[in-house]
Amino acid sequence: MIEDIELETLINDVYEYYGFDFGSYSRASLKRRVSRVFALEGFKHFHDFLSKVRTDPEYYKRMIDEITVNVTEMFRDPSFYLTLRKEVLPLLGTKPFIRIWHAGCSTGEEVYSMAIMLKEEGLLHKSILYATDINASVLETAKSGIFPLRMIKDYADNYRDAGGQQDFSDYYIANYGFAKFNENLSEKMVFSQHNLVSDTSFNEFDLILCRNVLIYFDNNLQKRVVNLFDDSLAVLGFLALGTKETIKYSISQTKYKQFAKEKIWRKIKE
Amino acid sequence: MEENKRITNCRVVIIGGSAGSLQALLQILPFVENPISFAIVIVVHRKNSDEQTLEDLIALKSKIKVKEVEDKVKLESGFIYIAPSNYHLLFEKNETLSLDTSEKINYSRPSIDVSFESAAEIYREHLIGILLSGSNSDGTVGLRAIQTAGGISVVQNPLSADMPFMPNNAILHTTPDFILNTEEILEFIKEINQE
Repeated sequence: MIEDIELETLINDVYEYYGFDFGSYSRASLKRRVSRVFALEGFKHFHDFLSKVRTDPEYYKRMIDEITVNVTEMFRDPSFYLTLRKEVLPLLGTKPFIRIWHAGCSTGEEVYSMAIMLKEEGLLHKSILYATDINASVLETAKSGIFPLRMIKDYADNYRDAGGQQDFSDYYIANYGFAKFNENLSEKMVFSQHNLVSDTSFNEFDLILCRNVLIYFDNNLQKRVVNLFDDSLAVLGFLALGTKETIKYSISQTKYKQFAKEKIWRKIKE
Repeated sequence: MEENKRITNCRVVIIGGSAGSLQALLQILPFVENPISFAIVIVVHRKNSDEQTLEDLIALKSKIKVKEVEDKVKLESGFIYIAPSNYHLLFEKNETLSLDTSEKINYSRPSIDVSFESAAEIYREHLIGILLSGSNSDGTVGLRAIQTAGGISVVQNPLSADMPFMPNNAILHTTPDFILNTEEILEFIKEINQE
């Protein structure tokens, strides 16, 4: 493991040279990720690593890709998606237009999961899915809708556990070890770079999903981001987090009501 | 006993295990008397579908209260915490727990090594790591980190383990402070309890 002081120096340098602020990231995870990158690259001294980061913007980008966690999957936690499908989508379906924001979408597996459910519930044509991440390269993957084929069996199982009844293989074309998802799923998706640490609200949404992103932030930043979601959520809109995340340390509980047993909250007043 | 001096101020007992460890846990945890002067953290490999059953089972059998692990929950003495499936469990300086969905380590998430190493950084000589039955090599690196940071490492006697590979691997690659069967682990935990 690197030393605390080394990590803090890196955080300061990255902020000073590139304007990116890791200062409010959870230290335990960040330290482990940075230690791993440092060890993998075979630097002898930490200051060699620091100077590479400072002087080589391409290397800096690669390092950011490595230390930010981009692990995601389709229909992760099927019971969560089942609740979305059975309880949340019917309520959203009464609206003329449905605006959804996937914040911290990574490579986009959850956005495609949502599009599949919306399509099956007959709602995709009147929906728009905004998908954002700080990391430009994961957004490129998300846009392409191409995912490794070796994961598809698990995803098909998840899909079924989440209430899916179609043949999952109808949604993609398999080739050369990859699955390319149908373009009629991505027609309603808009991808753009957005930084939850420093950017502001950009629209009003009926459903915001931000699953397993807040876990990488400290309490203060979690508060900021939950309030950013609050600013971006219509009254009676829904906020969905990861299965082990909570808004209870971040925002007044009188404004939100937990929905069903999943980590879904409904905004009950402005 | 010299070792007792080193462990008079235990803050956290972290227990790792894989295949066969549930049986060992059930020979230990139900017999630990309430209250305890430290926190017990359990990191075991399991299938995602087992989600709540381990928590429910241990809550049912143990006299000590099980606290649900949510991100940034405060780690307090007197409670049992169980790493949720499909997340790595990490320890923060302000004594909260963090979760992490990054890549599996040793084919495992939660990984015992990840949690042991992270706990060792924060709790140093106030930490005891116990590695139980299992059939992969997760935990060995973590136990070494605990020892290096000044904590105590305990390995379940492979002869008493359902799956001896995991404890054997730790004994092969580290020098554990104690190698104990489950009854002895229970006695050990009772001895360090200062309540």
